[in-house]
Amino acid sequence: MMYPYVLLIPLIPLAVFLLLGLFNQKIKPEVSGYIGVGGLLISTILAAITAFEYFITTGKVDGAYEPYVFKTVWMHFSETLHIDMGYLLDPISVMMLIVVSVVSLMVHIYSRGYMKGDQGYTKFFAFLSLFSFSMYGLVLATNLFQIYIFWELVGVSSYLLIGYYYTKESAVAAAKKAFIVTRFADLGFLIGILIIGYYTGTYDFEMLTDPEGSAILSWATTSFMGLSVLTWGLILIFIGGAGKSAMFPLHIWLPDAMEGPTPVSALIHAATMVVAGIYLVARLFPMYYFVEDGFALQVVAYVGAFSALFAALIAITQNDIKRVLAYSTMSQLGYMMLGLGVSGYEGAEGLGYMASMFHLFTHAMFKALLFLCAGSVIHAVHSNYLKDMGSLRKYMPVTHITFLVAALAISGIPPFSGFFSKDEILVAAFEQNKLIYVVGVVVAALTAFYMFRIYFGIFWGKTPGYEKTPHESPTSMTVPLIILALLSAGAGFIPFSEYVTADRMGFEAHLNYPLALIASAVGIIGIAAAWIFYKKENPLPDRMANSLGKLYIWTYHKFYIDEIYLFVTKKILFKRISGPFAKFDKKYVDGTMVGIGNSTVSTSEKIKGIQSGKVQDYALAFIAGAVILGILFIYLWK
Amino acid sequence: MIPGVSIYELLTVTSLLFFIGVYGFVTRKNLISILISVELILNAAVINFVVINKYLYPDMLQGAVFGIFIIAVAAAETALAVAIIINLYRQISSVEVEEIETMKH
Amino acid sequence: MEKIIFYILAAIMVIFAIASVTSRKMLRSVVYLLFVLCGVAGIYFLIDYNFLAAIQLTIYAGGIIVLIIFSVLLVHHIEMQLELAKPSRQLLAALACLLGLGLFLTTIYLHPFEVVDNTNTISTAEIGTLLLSYTDGGFILPFEVISVLLLAAMVGAIVIAKGKKLSTNNQSTS
Repeated sequence: MMYPYVLLIPLIPLAVFLLLGLFNQKIKPEVSGYIGVGGLLISTILAAITAFEYFITTGKVDGAYEPYVFKTVWMHFSETLHIDMGYLLDPISVMMLIVVSVVSLMVHIYSRGYMKGDQGYTKFFAFLSLFSFSMYGLVLATNLFQIYIFWELVGVSSYLLIGYYYTKESAVAAAKKAFIVTRFADLGFLIGILIIGYYTGTYDFEMLTDPEGSAILSWATTSFMGLSVLTWGLILIFIGGAGKSAMFPLHIWLPDAMEGPTPVSALIHAATMVVAGIYLVARLFPMYYFVEDGFALQVVAYVGAFSALFAALIAITQNDIKRVLAYSTMSQLGYMMLGLGVSGYEGAEGLGYMASMFHLFTHAMFKALLFLCAGSVIHAVHSNYLKDMGSLRKYMPVTHITFLVAALAISGIPPFSGFFSKDEILVAAFEQNKLIYVVGVVVAALTAFYMFRIYFGIFWGKTPGYEKTPHESPTSMTVPLIILALLSAGAGFIPFSEYVTADRMGFEAHLNYPLALIASAVGIIGIAAAWIFYKKENPLPDRMANSLGKLYIWTYHKFYIDEIYLFVTKKILFKRISGPFAKFDKKYVDGTMVGIGNSTVSTSEKIKGIQSGKVQDYALAFIAGAVILGILFIYLWK
Repeated sequence: MIPGVSIYELLTVTSLLFFIGVYGFVTRKNLISILISVELILNAAVINFVVINKYLYPDMLQGAVFGIFIIAVAAAETALAVAIIINLYRQISSVEVEEIETMKH
Repeated sequence: MEKIIFYILAAIMVIFAIASVTSRKMLRSVVYLLFVLCGVAGIYFLIDYNFLAAIQLTIYAGGIIVLIIFSVLLVHHIEMQLELAKPSRQLLAALACLLGLGLFLTTIYLHPFEVVDNTNTISTAEIGTLLLSYTDGGFILPFEVISVLLLAAMVGAIVIAKGKKLSTNNQSTS
């Protein structure tokens, strides 16, 4: 075993979860906060050591990062088909370890301030630890089944945390919605796993993703409805990933999930869990790329591009800052999917893959930062809505600066981290597919616009009559903000293409100056537009909204996707299909059962006289029976 | 064996006795009467043992010995039954089966 | 001669057995039972099992009947009429018994018994030897078991019949 301590990374949060969960009532809130943070700190340090060893000292063999696998057979089916448990270290899993650890640690620290005085303080930390454990497990999974198990576990912890304020009806509804929608998508995932397992005979990532391996080379042997079965399997798996990563049309749970506490949104619904879908596609990337000449990858690219544009449009019109951030997350996730979709495999052709992972990394930092800033703002003004905010830069300088850094990063302004990752995605898209490139550029502009819309809305503009003067958040909350701001600003300079690439070989990435110029130019245009519209209060936005008419109303109502879902489920599924079934069930199936029960009762009422409890009655019955049996068997039965 | 009397006649008599005993056991409502019926049944069985021993296996004694055992067991049973009946009578002043049903509850 | 005696005995047994289970006076039904038991003893005499007949007379007629009479006298008013079962029940029982009787009799009469002609008689000494013999066919074990059973029954009978009253009497006297 080369990295023995890796096992501890997920197990420590699990231990913390069990400790806090079992002794919920016994542990004082402050202590539980320290336990949670301490546990995660150890995990983070171990993750950092792992990353250092893997990337810098031992991982590289002959110029390529060899995956390191430690596993034991858990369920044995046949020689080739068995389910293992273990951990897999390769560039993306180690990178994800860092992302999860850093963001989770920051959120833990931040939560100590944010959740102070909350009733379920210990419970909250227990759930956070459970989530961290599941996420680590997901990242380190060695095969499809292991990833599926942890996939569901993160779903559960997400459900628990969204519904954390379980006395609030909307939170409960949002939790259920998130769970059901992702669960629904996971059905596709599960079927995909089974298809792939059946046709390739393995669940193991190493064997599945080997470009020369039998799993990939066998794709043409069986086909179904014009496509290879493996393509169908991959598309189904992508549906699972789309559910978790809030791709259109399975995105509807993400905005509602903002009912959860803000640190949860930062951790789960911005930085870690929602990128699980991206991670899954990246994990199986060679399959996506080689099977059927990348048909499934095309699907990924278009779904990603559409989601990115779609969510960016909606984000412009929303007034709840957390919802804006949620749609922004969805848009950026679409960006990452798009990046994967336009990637090649070997060497510098794998630019999209590398850029997507890079964007995942930087996005985790600046989006978590944005959410935490939003949390800080909400903490101060006790409202989620833009109309209740304004001019906060005077009261909350730290939050202001860090938010600005994050907003610049997401808008792709050099030299902040978002610029580098986004630029590389655009370069990859430009080389592969011009349509997707145009979408990417538009989205970049829109991103800058809506981000600065809320930035100006929160920190500049009018001063609403605050009941209490807002004040800066406590140190426990501002420290994570500052750390994340530094990371968001500086992460772009990491030579990512050296470490994380599709074929694990590493290459030198160069800035493509004309494209980079366009990308940052549209970012600046977006910011400028937002400056004109929202810096000071003026009638421009309203006029703009009016002139756009229908389009504005449609985007404001999120293109009525929720309504469509409601219509389909309530009016068609429930009323037309489930209703009659329920009626049939109640009337006939239930009726039969109740009838059987009733007739049993009435029959027993009638025949209970036989059980008189008198020995003589029994003796009579016994003798009569014996005589009758004697006659039957001796004389009649011949 | 009895000169002029076949085993069939003897077995007929014992069958009659047996079923008279059964009839009494089922219909009587008094513990002592039931005890009497049981004695009838037992006696029918003992006669069968003895008669079959005598008529079919005259050189053996098993039938007679079993008769003695059955008589001994019957004696023990009667003694116990009488003890129970007396005790019961002290408790509820009755030996009718119907009244003893209170014990069920 | 023996044939006539047998028929008389059989008639006595059956008639008094019926009387015993149908009589509505308790004491009478016990006395009828006594007659039946004496008839059984007569049968034993007829087939030359004198020891068995003696036991029948002493234990059944002498011991058990006396016990039953005691209990009747203790718990019952002699004059009291016994309740009868419901006619339907009597009919049902009679029917079942008749059916059973028919079954028995047909089975018996259809079976060819291989009767061995003999005039053997058994002496008490033979029975005693057999009861205490521990060789093949000996009855020492059942004999001991019966002895223990009798002892247990005796103790049990005393304990049960003693009841509470005596113990309270004891307490009051002491």
